[in-house]
Amino acid sequence: MGQSSHLIWHQETSVQGMDAILLPGGFSYGDYLRTGSIARFSPIMEAVIQFANQGGLVLGICNGFQILLETGLLPGAMLRNTELSFICKETYIRVENANTPFTKSCEVGKVLKLPIAHADGNYFTNPVDLSALQANAQIVFRYCDRDGIVTPSSNPNGSIDNIAGIQNAQGNVLGLMPHPERCAEPIFSNQDGRLIFESMLTSLIGQIPLPAK
Amino acid sequence: MPSTTITPQLIQQHGLSEDEYQKILTHLGREPNLTELGVFSVMWSEHCSYKSSRVHLKRFPTEGPQVVQGPGENAGAVDIGDGFAAVFKMESHNHPSFIEPFQGAATGVGGILRDIFTMGARPIALLNSLRFGELDSPQNTHLLKGVVSGISWYGNCIGVPTIGGEITFNDIYSKNPLVNVFCLGIVKKDRLLRGLAKGVGNQVLYIGAKTGRDGIHGATMASDSFDDASEKKRPNVQVGDPFLEKLLLEACLEFLEQDLLVGIQDMGAAGLTSSSCEMASRSGTGIELDVGKVPRREHNMTPYEILLSESQERMLLVAQPGKEQAVLAVCQKWGIDAAVVGKVTDDGMLRIREGDQIVAEIPADAIAEGAPRYERPSAPPQYQEVLQALNLDALPDLTDGTDALLQLLASPTIASKRWVYQQYDYMVGTNTVVCPGSDAAVVRIKGTGKALAMTTDGNSRYCLLNPYMGGSLAVAEAARNLVCSGGKPLGVTDCLNFGNPERPDIMWQFIMAVEGIADACRSFEVPVVSGNVSLYNETNGLSIYPTPIIGMVGVIEREEDITTQWFKESGDTILLVGENKEDLGGTEFLKVMHSREQGMPPWLDLEQEKSIQACILTLIKKGWIQSAHDCSEGGLLVTLAECCLTHPSAPLGATITLSQERLRLDALLFGESPSRIVISVKTKDLDSVRACIQDMGGKVPMSLLGQVTATDQIDVTVQKDQGQPPCQMVWPVKDLADQWYNSLPSQLKMKDSP
Repeated sequence: MGQSSHLIWHQETSVQGMDAILLPGGFSYGDYLRTGSIARFSPIMEAVIQFANQGGLVLGICNGFQILLETGLLPGAMLRNTELSFICKETYIRVENANTPFTKSCEVGKVLKLPIAHADGNYFTNPVDLSALQANAQIVFRYCDRDGIVTPSSNPNGSIDNIAGIQNAQGNVLGLMPHPERCAEPIFSNQDGRLIFESMLTSLIGQIPLPAK
Repeated sequence: MPSTTITPQLIQQHGLSEDEYQKILTHLGREPNLTELGVFSVMWSEHCSYKSSRVHLKRFPTEGPQVVQGPGENAGAVDIGDGFAAVFKMESHNHPSFIEPFQGAATGVGGILRDIFTMGARPIALLNSLRFGELDSPQNTHLLKGVVSGISWYGNCIGVPTIGGEITFNDIYSKNPLVNVFCLGIVKKDRLLRGLAKGVGNQVLYIGAKTGRDGIHGATMASDSFDDASEKKRPNVQVGDPFLEKLLLEACLEFLEQDLLVGIQDMGAAGLTSSSCEMASRSGTGIELDVGKVPRREHNMTPYEILLSESQERMLLVAQPGKEQAVLAVCQKWGIDAAVVGKVTDDGMLRIREGDQIVAEIPADAIAEGAPRYERPSAPPQYQEVLQALNLDALPDLTDGTDALLQLLASPTIASKRWVYQQYDYMVGTNTVVCPGSDAAVVRIKGTGKALAMTTDGNSRYCLLNPYMGGSLAVAEAARNLVCSGGKPLGVTDCLNFGNPERPDIMWQFIMAVEGIADACRSFEVPVVSGNVSLYNETNGLSIYPTPIIGMVGVIEREEDITTQWFKESGDTILLVGENKEDLGGTEFLKVMHSREQGMPPWLDLEQEKSIQACILTLIKKGWIQSAHDCSEGGLLVTLAECCLTHPSAPLGATITLSQERLRLDALLFGESPSRIVISVKTKDLDSVRACIQDMGGKVPMSLLGQVTATDQIDVTVQKDQGQPPCQMVWPVKDLADQWYNSLPSQLKMKDSP
């Protein structure tokens, strides 16, 4: 997409100069204690939290989402999938809120086909927080069937309210379990994931100059 | 040296024969101490020394212009162009997986990964071949679930995709399941690292996990038959730490980037012992180690235990003096333990110290290369003729194949393995272009426009009935799978799983299978660049079927040549390239429908196979092929059903017309003649395809099968001979899909997750 990106080492303490931060998937620290729970204490995370609190765009994918939950940047927690095993497969998710920096290239109701790959993606939160998520349109993606209908059988992991992705109340931090980066290139027949990155780019272009070609 | 009297019992407990002990005395010129006896015991075990197989493995072709590294190193490597090499190997972890399926399988994955990144290559793909007993026994389902979750845990956590493989079920594996794991990595061709301890005075470093008491004598255990008491060997199974291995992987690739090493070797079976003496032996040097400097996680470990521990996630490095600080700095960055534990010497000895005291002193070459080599007696078993005799006249032919197809699709060996591969992260790394469920898995090589196809194959029933033919057929099928995916086969790794080599019938199976593999590899010009032998797969005196597994790798020159097995568009024409013959011997059909595992396996005509594969590759490169699917277990109807069912989003139907042409109906529909590929082509390209096939000089038989349809059913009409009414069969695609997808989860009493 013509943008430059930098890996930031976990022991660094600054994210200066970044326009957006992506916490990718992976098994940080082996996920040995609980998914994302050790990564939350990486030295860099203080800077990430600060960046988010100042309104910077933060996207957490899969383990990244789990880390965001552990830091408290997003509410709730992850439970083990209801089938108790790791699941890697294509899922469909419906865009529930298109008025976010991460979904503005979509419309509400747009169905995206994105793969999941996790053992702990069963999102859970208490009824009060759930009501707040619903009331504030913080539920950005829900698992659905191919036609966009949210059904119990289209929920791959048991997530409460079929939640696949949520954002914070300010709308600058998004976490989702499916992997948009796995279907965002021409070599893959499905490129639905691109829409998320295009949305972020569109949101940022208003704020930053485009790189010179 | 500490003295322990070496008694005949002690020698026997160490799995050494009297002759072998005499050989040790000759090598040393004196009696060994206990530590030395332990070292000989593991290094001369079948698992480490290949003492029964080595003389026969020489038959494999191992050379070719594409070979960058042949057998003898941690893994083999072939040139894939653009300055890159593909490094790959397959290994077994059968015995540990039977005793403790989760950790046994997990550490199998960990071990093969280390073999690849030890060569400086970044692992990009894992595959596996598994064998279990039938799923009507709770123990077998326990083993399957445990092995799958162990592979899933280790591979997913370290972030290397498990992109394919195969599983077969047969009760012969109930007490001896097989877990073979394949790994492939990519490296710049001129940056390959090797297991060398060159340069007298160079530093020997230990990095990775601390050493514990786990896995002591694991290699010896893996070289013994099992009985009911084998449960007690659970402490011999190692425990894996995939996150530590991830750190180790990144550290090793950083050593390579900074050019810090002379050599590197994984501490796998026989741990510190095998890594040190193999490195020294390859380089004609010696190594001196101080076990007192080895990082340990348990107290009061003896030199014996430290040397023989099989704790996972450890590496031995050799670096020039002056570079060790840089090595230690990289280890510190990745947070892994590291210590200088010794140096390279010029006297060819493996000398082990504990502080000032020498606790073992053995010529390195004697342990690594001096192992006895056996040309064990071999003879075809008396039961071979009974097995091969199959009187087809005694079996009534089918009058209709409707029900048989449904039953075959539900046979766990044929049924969809979705329940298994959904537990593997097959996409991590975003290189997987063809996911599990097609003939071969395909990964792209970023930045080159190329891709690699890889597959693992083996049919042990064919090998039981005719080990030579079974070996050749496995190679042919692997190559066919690659070709169907658009790949040109480049190289082979093998994992040879057999019973007790001290039995002449097992040795005969081994020798014949090796010959079959060797002849086929030579014919296809795909050299064997690495491999593994697993013998003593025997429990309570019952050996497994001979099970050689072939892992094969091919290169796809252009991304647009990547081909998948499922039909693409209604209206496309379906063709069969190859010939249907009366090949019912050893088929899944005979097993499922007649409970027989008998007969001669299908006959393989290597020349015809090669012509057919060349033809398919040409058609793919011309851009005329929409789909290509190898016809294997279950025969033609199963193949056609899979072509319809496996489309990732929209299954299609088909209308097929076959003519019986004096074949039995069951043989036509479910026979397993090799060298057959079902392809679909756009109807506008049909004439070009025909002309191209005819240009192959009549060596490639081809027949029209029918058309892909948008209906939700498969219609098959078989034209009978001499005016008999045709046999007509119809299946709703949904019914076939239900059988095929749901069989495994329903037998495991698990929920299917479409």
